[in-house]
Amino acid sequence: MAAAGGIEVKLIGAWPSPFVLRARIALNLKGVEYEFLQEKFEEKSELLLRSNPVYKKIPVLLHHGKPICESMIIVEYVDEAWPAAGRAILPADPYERALHRFWASYVDDKLNPSGAALSKAQTEEAKVEAAGQVIAGLKLLEEAFGRLSKGEGFFGGDDIGYVDIALGCFLGWLKVTEKTSGVKFIDEEKMPLLARWAERFCAHEAVKAVMPEPERLAEFARKRAASAKTPPAN
Amino acid sequence: MDQPAFSVKLLGSWADSHTHRVQLALKLKGLEFEYQEEDFINPSPALLLHNPVYKKVPALLHGGRSIVESVVILQYIDETWTDNPIMPADPFERAVTRFWCHFTDDKLAPAVGLVFSSSGEGQKAAVDQVHENLKLLERELKDGAFKGRRFFGGDKIGLLDIVLGCGSYWLAVFEEVMEVKLIDPESFPVFHAWLRDFEEQQEVKETIPAIDRLLEYARGIRQMMLSLSNSSSSSINNAAASSG
Repeated sequence: MAAAGGIEVKLIGAWPSPFVLRARIALNLKGVEYEFLQEKFEEKSELLLRSNPVYKKIPVLLHHGKPICESMIIVEYVDEAWPAAGRAILPADPYERALHRFWASYVDDKLNPSGAALSKAQTEEAKVEAAGQVIAGLKLLEEAFGRLSKGEGFFGGDDIGYVDIALGCFLGWLKVTEKTSGVKFIDEEKMPLLARWAERFCAHEAVKAVMPEPERLAEFARKRAASAKTPPAN
Repeated sequence: MDQPAFSVKLLGSWADSHTHRVQLALKLKGLEFEYQEEDFINPSPALLLHNPVYKKVPALLHGGRSIVESVVILQYIDETWTDNPIMPADPFERAVTRFWCHFTDDKLAPAVGLVFSSSGEGQKAAVDQVHENLKLLERELKDGAFKGRRFFGGDKIGLLDIVLGCGSYWLAVFEEVMEVKLIDPESFPVFHAWLRDFEEQQEVKETIPAIDRLLEYARGIRQMMLSLSNSSSSSINNAAASSG
């Protein structure tokens, strides 16, 4: 029940961030109403700095004023704080949970950094190398999909789960990178499971309202690059 | 205490803090397990089979399945054998525990590692980083999320104690080997007191190797690193010495 004069759930974030998207998808899956506090791009709010003094980064979930930081920790918190709502994000079986946690960590520890390396790569050689790393990582996830989905449409089985959220949040930016680099990362022939999963994920009720269109992301990236001549205050 | 229906086997390395985390958790749960020592540099076929993605220890084998990544393993253990829980029950407490585990592996551990592998200005910067990170933990223990607790987990050792504690012994080891001040009890009194208390626990004493062995190990690796970086000049020195 919402407290009088305030909403008990707030999310500090920014619309282009894939990490913020993870939190939004989790909240949507559980049907939790929340207030979205959009951060300004030029400077971090007092609330953010106070709520996440260690990393000073979005997303931060505020539940009854208490902050929860780190996107996948927020996802797990949402799953545990609203256990009866919607559907479980993590499976019940301990081994299945371990698999989901492993692959979500893989996305953050290996796949995302190789994606970052790609965007920073200056030479053609470096770009090819970095793109190769990303594709190798996605191939492992293609195999993992086969195991985790048990023949259903998502890593979580018949509905979006933990790994879907961890990986799916990047699909918008992936499309932007595919356009600018000319490299097809999720090739239908080489990664048929992921290709079909990607469409399913983006079309999901809990996702489509909050996942920004690639064109909008591309525009945001262009503006960012243009103003990067004067570095933003961090 | 219930013993596992299927046998439990741990592939680990004796000087690896992530292996110690798993050993400690299994001991705290009173679980019997088989241990197989792995060579850090030459992973066995078993390790390559059970951890094809990272090819690293630790790997927990249970009922024909393999679980890897220490924090994932710890949660698996806690969720499979539910007596003596190491995670708190409350969702917010759980999120706080997970956050500081993430902080330990994302910030503190790499800074400590950098102290060991660097020298000169780089090492000084790494030492400063370690101090910054310890300050944050000290603050949480003194005034924040863990205020007034004996352990991070409360009255008993919990998951965060295991994650932080198995690795914090390197602070004292590196202090001696590198001759730097890392965990000065005056600057970090509460953290220091927690670590001493943690290391006195019976299960912890049975898990963490003797400090002499860790010192010898660390000195050996440091020596090797220094000689690798000096190898171009050392051959000249050797030639000069032998001709003298």
